[in-house]
Amino acid sequence: MSATLAKGINSFKEVIDTPIASFFSSCVHCGLCAEACLFYTETGDAKYTPIRKLEPLRRVWQQEYTLLGKLGKTLGLSKPVTDAELEAWEPLVYDSCTLCGRCAMVCPVGNDLTYMIRKMREGMAASGHAPEDLVGATTRAVTIGSPMGIKWPAVLAQIKHVQNETGIEVPVEKEGADYLVLMSSMEIINFPEYLSALSRIFKQTGVSWTLAQDAFEATNSGIQIGASDLAREIVSRIVVAAERLKVKCVISPECGHAFTALRWEGPNLIGRPFRFEVKHILEVLDELHTAGRLKTKGKDKRPLTYHDPCQIARRGGVVEQPRRLLNEVASDFREMPDAGVMNWCCGGGGGVSANSRAEPLRLQVFKHKKEQIEATGTQTLITACANCRIVMEEGLEHHHMKVEVIGLTELLAQYLVEDNTP
Amino acid sequence: MNHLDLLTFARGDALNWALILFAAGVVLRLFEIFGLGRKADLAKPRTNSPGSGWRTVFTRSLPPQGLLNREPVTYVGGYVFHLGLFATILFFAPHIEFFDDLFGISWPNLPSALVDASAVAAIVALCVLLAHRITNPVKRMLSGFGDYLAWALTLLPLLTGYLSFHHLLFEYTLMLSLHLFSVELLLVLLPFTKLFHTFSVFISRWYNGDIFGRKGTAS
Repeated sequence: MSATLAKGINSFKEVIDTPIASFFSSCVHCGLCAEACLFYTETGDAKYTPIRKLEPLRRVWQQEYTLLGKLGKTLGLSKPVTDAELEAWEPLVYDSCTLCGRCAMVCPVGNDLTYMIRKMREGMAASGHAPEDLVGATTRAVTIGSPMGIKWPAVLAQIKHVQNETGIEVPVEKEGADYLVLMSSMEIINFPEYLSALSRIFKQTGVSWTLAQDAFEATNSGIQIGASDLAREIVSRIVVAAERLKVKCVISPECGHAFTALRWEGPNLIGRPFRFEVKHILEVLDELHTAGRLKTKGKDKRPLTYHDPCQIARRGGVVEQPRRLLNEVASDFREMPDAGVMNWCCGGGGGVSANSRAEPLRLQVFKHKKEQIEATGTQTLITACANCRIVMEEGLEHHHMKVEVIGLTELLAQYLVEDNTP
Repeated sequence: MNHLDLLTFARGDALNWALILFAAGVVLRLFEIFGLGRKADLAKPRTNSPGSGWRTVFTRSLPPQGLLNREPVTYVGGYVFHLGLFATILFFAPHIEFFDDLFGISWPNLPSALVDASAVAAIVALCVLLAHRITNPVKRMLSGFGDYLAWALTLLPLLTGYLSFHHLLFEYTLMLSLHLFSVELLLVLLPFTKLFHTFSVFISRWYNGDIFGRKGTAS
């Protein structure tokens, strides 16, 4: 095990940079990050305090990159990070952190704890302390092309289904299209309505788009497990396809971490800026709507609310767009308490939903989302992330709540003004 | 060595050495932090938002939505302590004279009674925050020797200053010497304890604002 522990420690040393050193230097142990964390507020267990999840990384920083720490290490006064400790920390770093970033918004000294957890996971994975399920998902993503093991024929089957249903051709491998559309495994398996809605919206708005055979999957478990080399390989497929097809823009689907992986981490993973833009589907729909190209008719009369996916809103900057779109098609849109950048996570982000060991805890902390939904008095929940959607559907069922969850793209398509001329 | 000699030493050599060690410590710690560097972010920022790092340096002083209600002791205690401490350090007439001697700059002072009240408020806040640290499960779990040391290092100058001002406990010259020594101890150890946040808070908040600013969600 020592070889892998050494790799983990080395990885910790590699990821520590000026921001991380400033974060650890500034922490005054006030504990306010706990108050922002779903896993602490819903369990009351102090061990879920976000900054504590970083303790092994902090000690490596202190022992390697501060004079006093080095002195302590030389004199044998400091406690080295051990394999057993990393093993004990694995559930804290993976099962009880969704990388939601709420703690980073409240820390009085400005520590971006999510930035640190994301980087710490590199060392956890390198030392062999990543959850088995995430290792499996990442392996499938690299070898098969999708974390859920989906191959192109499955996508093709869905394309045929959508074409039959809508009578609209789904473009594949169309060079020179404006947009390359990606999907998440979850959408391919569970929510075919996304592709169907997109086909109809893009036909009405006259958008030129395409799917790519070798780059249909937007998700990237490499960034969840903390394996930048694998994350780079997964993101490169999209870059290669986008550049081969000469698209102007790649559309990240209704998926939270896929957006982070492609939009914010992507260029850094491949080591150069992209030659195309990356937009979340809600940004594209909002632009089409603002330009007057996306026309809707009628409004949903049901009281409904919107769940901000963390990676789309707080860590993605897409906050106003869903609200503008929702107000266009809903007459009784009600905000949840703390909506927008301070929204609470569904509990399943950052790889937690793919980690079966974390399931009981995930269902327990869903209590907060339950209370948020109940506060709105609605029974229709709109969101823009297929992972949030499945996590919330499971949570709602677990808590015996009769609330329907719908993707925003799909809701928009229901009120689309369609021109039926060919 | 009589009390006057002690005070002369506290004001002279001891102070000079403390200031030198303080400056060296701060420079070393800043070097440790900035020496690591960071990779340039190659992702195109959502909006060009120059200054979002600096904005967060200021805005992060305000409690975020909902947190004040969840943790009133930490917030109220934190504000009272910091404001009381700054008022005492910066606006007490003898302190301003001291800074004038040292750096040749001065500014208007606050009435002594107000400074006195500020110091008492800061001391009370420190005591409340210590009690909270010991009783709150999250804070207690996070706390170690360094946290209690930092607390004591901060309390001593306030307490000795208060006692000197009111001519309490010891003879004035001795008490004033002790006040100076406590400040000197604080100066020497500040860079190597969590009290270094006095400086690093500007760096960490700046990075937070910069990282979120690029995504378009900085506070």
